Amino acid sequence: METRPETVSIFRTQENDPVKTFNEGCVMVRQPALELISHLKRADYINPTLRYLLYGVKGSGKTMSLCHAVHYCSTQGWLVLHIPDAHLWVKNCKELLPSSYHASRFDQPIQASNWLRNFRTTNEHFLSKIKLRQRYVWTKRESTEEGRPLGELVDMGVSRVKSSSDVVGAVLKELRLQAGGTEGGFRLAVAVDGVNGLWGRTTLKKEDKSPVAPEELTLVHNLRKMINNDWCGGAVIATLSQTGSLYAPSSAYLPQELLGEEGFDSMDPFIPVPVSLYSEKEFESCYLYYLDRHWLQHPHSQTEEGKKELIFLSNRNPSVLERLCAFL
Amino acid sequence: MKCSNIVTQMQMLLLSTYFLFSPERRTANMAASGGRTVGSFLWKCGNCCFNFNTVSSNLTRQVLSRQLCVSAVLHRKNLAAAGPEKFSEEFIKKQVEEFNIGKRHLANMMGEDPETFTQGDINRSIAYLFPSGLFDKKAKPLMKHPDEVFPKQRAVQWGADGRPFHFLFYTGKQSYYSLMHDTFTKALAVEKHQDRLRGKDLFTQDAKQISLVGSRWLLKEELEELLVETISEHDYARFIQLMERLLSLPYCSVEEDFVQRYRRQLEIQSSKQQVQPLQYDQHGVAYSTGDGRRKTAMGTVLLRDSGSGSISINGTNYVHYFPVLQDREQLMFPLHFMEVLGRFDMQCSVSGGGHSSQAGALRLAISRAMLSFLSEGQVETMRQAGLLTPDPRIKERKKPGQEGARRKFTWKKR
Repeated sequence: METRPETVSIFRTQENDPVKTFNEGCVMVRQPALELISHLKRADYINPTLRYLLYGVKGSGKTMSLCHAVHYCSTQGWLVLHIPDAHLWVKNCKELLPSSYHASRFDQPIQASNWLRNFRTTNEHFLSKIKLRQRYVWTKRESTEEGRPLGELVDMGVSRVKSSSDVVGAVLKELRLQAGGTEGGFRLAVAVDGVNGLWGRTTLKKEDKSPVAPEELTLVHNLRKMINNDWCGGAVIATLSQTGSLYAPSSAYLPQELLGEEGFDSMDPFIPVPVSLYSEKEFESCYLYYLDRHWLQHPHSQTEEGKKELIFLSNRNPSVLERLCAFL
Repeated sequence: MKCSNIVTQMQMLLLSTYFLFSPERRTANMAASGGRTVGSFLWKCGNCCFNFNTVSSNLTRQVLSRQLCVSAVLHRKNLAAAGPEKFSEEFIKKQVEEFNIGKRHLANMMGEDPETFTQGDINRSIAYLFPSGLFDKKAKPLMKHPDEVFPKQRAVQWGADGRPFHFLFYTGKQSYYSLMHDTFTKALAVEKHQDRLRGKDLFTQDAKQISLVGSRWLLKEELEELLVETISEHDYARFIQLMERLLSLPYCSVEEDFVQRYRRQLEIQSSKQQVQPLQYDQHGVAYSTGDGRRKTAMGTVLLRDSGSGSISINGTNYVHYFPVLQDREQLMFPLHFMEVLGRFDMQCSVSGGGHSSQAGALRLAISRAMLSFLSEGQVETMRQAGLLTPDPRIKERKKPGQEGARRKFTWKKR
């Protein structure tokens, strides 16, 4: 599927991207992902949205499970709102514009336009189908009328970088309203990676060097509204991520520690899905895959003893195993 | 060690007369103040001050001290050029007597029996009575038999008429050549013995051989020490060759004593390891503990049998505790070497040092804990692999006048 490489490459390591190396993107079918998918199949979408939270130690495969679930959703014809890493929105932001819509908030034009571009490529065929239900005024001269397709809104956001954050907000509102609707209804999947970034602290500073709280960022504010379960007709799948998170100790991986009190309260009725390290069979299959692809060049790694060494050194942690095998 | 007697000032003074400082530490201070007498005794110093082979007595001590002062001052510049000191035989004999008397005094002081007072007891008593904060072993006070303190010297080799005593004197290396001659004579004697036996038809090939297992030939330095003269490497090689030739004769056991004089016993290394017996906990699972140290890091390990290869360090998983691959490889080394990778469960605790030294400490601890599970031969292979040797390297001290231990300050030409 053409969206697959893009979503994978965004949050994987850039240099040794196995997708490019193997010329294919492969995902191991694992227990947590299967559990998620079964939940998604069985849930009824009349009630308010269910929220799933994937958590586990660093490198245990949360993001990949998320990808797998998202892939399932898109094959089922859902509209996928995928945010590759919420931490990107709360740190290392070069430009912070004061929002035109709301006085005390801040816009992030670059991130917003990037995201809109990705959104456009992911959900091509939905863009023409969904019609706007409200009139949006951007500037004195520009406005988008009711009934226009969503695609036009997105294009406008991509081209007009200054108002892209507001466009994002508008897009999210529209989708929220229309998701559970009976006429031309579609299912909406909101997949957020690194959701704990939405409630922590940011590294951004205002001009007077005072820190910016996440609520003061338009993107974050709108996204939080999406995650609230006051709409129906879809699902929210989120993962916790310690890797990009700010001001969190590296040994923290439980929801309470990473989300903080505020985040935990807002996410509160959620279904936790723990992601563990590779089991024996999973390790076997990963190892055989690498062998099959001739990724393990060293002659010793192909023996039984080499396999035992790999098990020991990585303790069956997927990311550690991958980094180990990278130079073998 | 009891010191029931109150060590009186007098006894201490007495002791000090028989008490020698190590001759290897030549300090200008010692030389200059060597003459300064404290009370009525003399610090004897085995270096510069004894160009006079006079017998010291109570009366001449004061005189000697003044003379020593002068001589030391005069000779200070020529210390290096003077060469090794000459001690006469009478002097050495006197030193031996004084040492023995001093030994008895020391034994009395410490409340022990003078008859059975060994060198080890002497060392302990001296360390007790004269505690030293110095690090260099050679700088600490010592009391040893004069033979060990003064280097062996040859007595005068020629008589009053100038004729040398030994017939090989003019070869230059008389002891060495006489040794070679002796050895060859012994070899000839053995051959003669063999011929006699052949004559009587009692010659058998399988005569009793000298057992050479567990011993080695004398080193070149040791041979030089024995002969009290320098020999070259070529000479040493010829000597060993000649001894081997002697040993090649079937009946060399006749001269076994002679040969054993020139061999030293090797120490058996691996018997120094103490292997603790296995302990069993309530479920019948075998476990053992070990601890190791490396450069300020100390680690302990509890090794449990029939496990799955899980390791927890200070409560956390080892993948999170040691994110660096090298540290995890260090942990893996002993298990992988003995091929027991998935067999044990480990609970480790470690503190101090940095991540590398903690990994090294844990590695030593794991190897030591594993000893109880292994057989003798495997213990020997572990020892030869270096898994059981504690790493002695520590941070080198910073010296004054330099920026670090080795790094000097930047050299400016002007």
